[in-house]
Formats: sequence, C-alpha cells, structure tokens
Amino acid sequence: MSDTVIRVENLGKRYTLGHQRHTSGNGLRHAIQDALSAPFRKLLRNSTTTKNIASAQSACTEDFWALKDVNFEVKRGDVVGIIGRNGAGKSTLLKILSRITEPTTGSIELDGRVASLLEVGTGFHPELSGRENIFLNGAILGMTRAEVKSKFDEIVAFAEVEKFLDTPVKRYSSGMYVRLAFAVAAHLEPEILIVDEVLAVGDAEFQKKCVGKMQDVAKGGRTVLFVSHNMKAIQNLCKKGIILESGRLKHAGTTDESLRIYSESISMQHRITFPIDDSRPSISFVKVEPVQSGAGNLVVEIGFKSPFVLNPPVGGLVITSCLGTPVFGSNPRFHKNDFGQPRLSEGTLRMTANNLPIHGGIYKLSVWLGDWHTDYDEKRDTLAFEFKHGQPVANTPNPEMMGFTDASVSWSVL
Amino acid sequence: MSKLIIKAGQTEKNYWSDLWRYRELFFILAWRDVSVRYKQTVVGIAWALLQPLLTLLVFTVIFGYIAKLPSEGAAPYMLMVAAAQLPWQFFSNSLSSASQSLVNNSQLISKVYFPRMIIPAGSVVTSLIDFLISFVILLGLMLWFHFWPTWRMFVIPGLVGLAFLASLGPGLLLTALTVRYRDFRIVIPFLVQFGLYISPIGFSSTIVPEKWRLLYSLNPMVGVIDGFRWAILGGESNIYWPGFAASLGIATITLILGVWYFRKTERTFADII
Repeated sequence: MSDTVIRVENLGKRYTLGHQRHTSGNGLRHAIQDALSAPFRKLLRNSTTTKNIASAQSACTEDFWALKDVNFEVKRGDVVGIIGRNGAGKSTLLKILSRITEPTTGSIELDGRVASLLEVGTGFHPELSGRENIFLNGAILGMTRAEVKSKFDEIVAFAEVEKFLDTPVKRYSSGMYVRLAFAVAAHLEPEILIVDEVLAVGDAEFQKKCVGKMQDVAKGGRTVLFVSHNMKAIQNLCKKGIILESGRLKHAGTTDESLRIYSESISMQHRITFPIDDSRPSISFVKVEPVQSGAGNLVVEIGFKSPFVLNPPVGGLVITSCLGTPVFGSNPRFHKNDFGQPRLSEGTLRMTANNLPIHGGIYKLSVWLGDWHTDYDEKRDTLAFEFKHGQPVANTPNPEMMGFTDASVSWSVL
Repeated sequence: MSKLIIKAGQTEKNYWSDLWRYRELFFILAWRDVSVRYKQTVVGIAWALLQPLLTLLVFTVIFGYIAKLPSEGAAPYMLMVAAAQLPWQFFSNSLSSASQSLVNNSQLISKVYFPRMIIPAGSVVTSLIDFLISFVILLGLMLWFHFWPTWRMFVIPGLVGLAFLASLGPGLLLTALTVRYRDFRIVIPFLVQFGLYISPIGFSSTIVPEKWRLLYSLNPMVGVIDGFRWAILGGESNIYWPGFAASLGIATITLILGVWYFRKTERTFADII
C-alpha cells in the first residue's frame, strides 16, 4: 500500500464561455431552435452555408480551460497549500476534488473519506435554530447524526453560542453565525480535508482560534488541502505548496520554496493596465518601477486619462499587508509635490518614497485618482509587490505579528 | 479503506451505494422542509389540514350543489371528491416542489457533494408527510358518512406508492430540465393546474365514454384516484383494470425516463445552475 492519498493525473476542466446569442441561449427556445435546425445542417454539411454557420458558432462560443494538464501527488498526512492569483484555477481544482463538478480530462485517485469545506455555513437555514442548524449542516458536510451528537457540546463551546442555541439563526449577529458555521465544519474528521478560503471570516480573535483549530487538524495526521490568499496562514499551516498559474501547475514543492517562487512571480508583474472609461477620469495603468524600487525605496507610477481637465490631477496610494492592514499611505495633498498646479487631462503621476521604514516582504497596493476635491477612480489591491529592505536581515520577524515599522535599532547589554 | 477514482466523462459506479450512505441527509432535508414551512405561522401545522379542507368545501358547494355533478353510485359527493382530491394534492404538491427543488437548493449544489437525487426525492417525502396529515380529513369524512373501513383500505399504501412514483418520475425529469431551462419554472404551475381539471376529481371517471377510457388512463393519477375510490367508497365503485395497468405503465416509464435523464445531466448541474 502506497503512501499516496491523492493522485491527480492530466487533469483538465473546460468551460464553454458563451457570447452573444449563447449568453441568452440557455433558454428553451434556443434548444428547440438548435434541435430543429440540426437536421438541416446535416443536409447542408458540404455546402458553404454550413461552413458559415459553423464558423459563426465557433465565434460565438469560446472554450476556456480553467485547468489544464495538472499532475501532482499528495502523501498521507501532508498539509498542502494551494496558491495562485484569482482565476488561476484553485477553486475549480477544489470543486473537482470534492466531486462537485466533473473534470473534462484526466483522473483523480482519492484514498480515504473526503470532506470539503468550500464555504462557511453551506445549507444553514435562517428559520432554524442554532441547534437544528448544527445537525443540518453536519449532515450536509457528511457527518452522521451520531457523530454530530457526540461532538455537539464541543461545537457549541467552540462557537460560543450556548445561550442562543434555540434562537433561529436569522436573529444571530453575523459574527455568531460565522462562528457557529465554522465550528461545525471544524469538527469534521475525514481522512482528507479540503478547505477553501474560509478563515477570512470573523473577528481577529476568532480567526486566531480558527487557525489554531486548523493546526490541530494538521497535527492529527490528516491530509489537508488548503486554499488561501493569506500567505501567512499558508506558511503557518502547510508543509507543502502547489502554485497554480492560469490553470496550469507551476510548481509543487515545500511551502517556503513555493511561497518564494510565488512572490517572485508576483513581483515580476510590476505593471497593470486598465480599460479607460470615457465618461469619467480613470486610472490607465499602475506600475511599481522595478529598477528604482528596492533597497528601501519605492517608486510608483499612476497613469490617468480624463474627459476633462483635472485641476490638478491628484493620485493617492495605500500599501497594505497581505492580510489587508494599511501600512503606509501617501498623496500629494499632504506629502511634497512639484506640481505647480498643472492642468492636465492625460499623463502620469509618480511617487518616490526613499528609505521607507518598513520591513521587507510582500505588500499590496491600492491607488486612487482624483483632483483636489473629488475622488474619481480607485483600484484596490491592484498589484502585489515585494518590497526589498535596504539592509535585509536574517530572521526578519513576521511583520503581521511584530508590526511593519522598521528603524535603525541596536541592542546592548549594560 | 475506500478508494475513489474520479475520471473524466465517467459516471460514478458507486452512485447507488452513495445514495444509501447519504440516507441521513435525505431525511434531514425532508425534516428541514417540513419544520421550516410552518415556522412563524399562527396556525402552524394545521395549514396542512385547512388547505385541503377548504378546497374540498369549494368543490362540494360549486360542483356538487350548484352545478349538480353526479357522484359515483350512492356515495356522497363530498366523500367522492375527498377520495380523489387528497391523492391529487399529494401528487401536484410533490411534482411542483420536486421540480423546483434543485434550483431552490442551488447553493448546496455548487458547494457540497452528495448524490443530487436526494433533493427532489426529499421534497416528495415532504409532500408525503403533508398527505399523511391530511389523511385525517378522509378518515373523518368516512366516519361522518358512515362508510366503515373495509379490507380494501389495505390497498391504499400501495396506491400512495404509485402516486409517489408517478410524481417522482416527472419530478426528476422536470427538475433536471429546470436547471438548464428555467422556462419550466413557469410551465410547471400551469401544467399542474391543468391536471386538476383533466383528472377525475370533481367527477367520476366512469362518465368518460368507454372508448376513450384507456386513453384517459394514460394520466397516471386516473389509476391512483380510481383505486382510492374503490378502496374507500366500497362496493359502489369498480376498478377499470386496463386503465389501471396503463396508469402503472406510464408511471414506470416516466420514472425510468426521469432517472435516466437526471443521471445523465447531473454531472453538469454545478456548472450551469
């Protein structure tokens, strides 16, 4: 008996994207039309008309591979983090693994009972009481009634809802609701657990509790697949990492290796462009200048285009941590500028920050565009970039724990 | 340890054993639907009695007293209607709730795996519970009109089973179709209403001309209703056997068709719902 519990071979998932007539074409009328016209198409197969129909159809539908040629193996007891940008195929992979949707190509072998947690509170019914929802949700997640019963007290204690057990959950605060939902899911005990981004709920204290619970699960020797955008959580929980990029497997290895490769692939993308909205001032591109940024400096450029003259164009930016904590922000209204009141409808704004006193690491960038009085456009979390500290040190603490500010500090014994 | 293989384009072999393994979910979903239905209502579960009772009164007054439709033999008109209307209501409720069931539970379908057939089947069970409650009305009327239960009553569970299958088959078919073609959401209530008039509820199927009788029995509820009347009204009514066989046959065929189409399209539910 091998130690491999998940073996994914040549996995692919294709979605057909509909355009024009097919966007409305899921209705019955179109099915009937298609069915009626099909025999005629066969009759006309060799004529030019059919070719036109066929080419028009292929122009209308477009195949999109959410996953393609994905191969990997997971060993028993591994805790694997799956990382990648939005749309890289992470959720699709989890959906296929948990048998919600079927692969288009390839195969998966799963050795053991699988439970998946793709959403917190799936199937919760607002009219039912907390007690009833624990049983309902447990059954939906694949627990037997006896299992739920034996863990009932633990679940209630974890969720901290003892007093409200017989209140319909529609009267719960959103925090209580989420706590109860996570508590049920956290007490699942399958051999393979599949978890989508569900830790990003509740208040900070509860999040900590969730991460702790996940760590217990991981220590219990169970196999866990875990998707998150929270790199810190991945680092804390996972032994191995898998990077997906545009539906393909980019890398599979240890967590540290994967996180490094992933963060490099992010910082590679230092420029992003946006479509212009002709009716209002819009941001045309955002760029973290790769050469001048680094060694403690950060240079950001914001391109803009406006249907009217901005007097003056004002850009703003906020740098946040991966968890979304704001770390640094700037705009020319409170920092130095050399505008001299330019009146422009198109151009580029540049911010240069020297010796930024923050730790090195991966940060996210949000930008705004406006004039002196009004905000016209905003792009939140538009780029993730790696900030390189002027004097990188070994054992840099995790900024999410230690704080982001850095300074020239020395310690001595007196 | 169980080994599971997911392969492209392959329906799972262990579907039916999975269905068995998830039997608890099946009951819990049915229980959820029942207990949610009458939450925050004043009369509560009594609605399950009031609805059929009021319909029955309207039928009796309008068709029995005003339009003066004939009853079957010596049986009182109201009892004849009740023997038909209750199974019909079970059929129409379960058909319409089963066919809406997948779309109404789309959240579950896109987030959790389980054999999807549990959802429509569970909603038929929910309607069955309502039916069992409303059966009290029928028993009450029998006592009122001094129609004492005979051995024929033992046939009723079988007839309810037939109504169950007769609604599950088209229910499966329609709910799978509704996932892709929401047109059916609009068509189904209309169809059900239509069925109320063409099924022998306000009248006895004996008034249908003999040469049309077999064709008329292609509506599977004709068989069920005739059976109910035979069982409850006693010697006053007779079963038209070829028609009953036709009803049974149609119910079986639609069930097979429903299961087949449901299984065929089930794999794509999460993608298109």
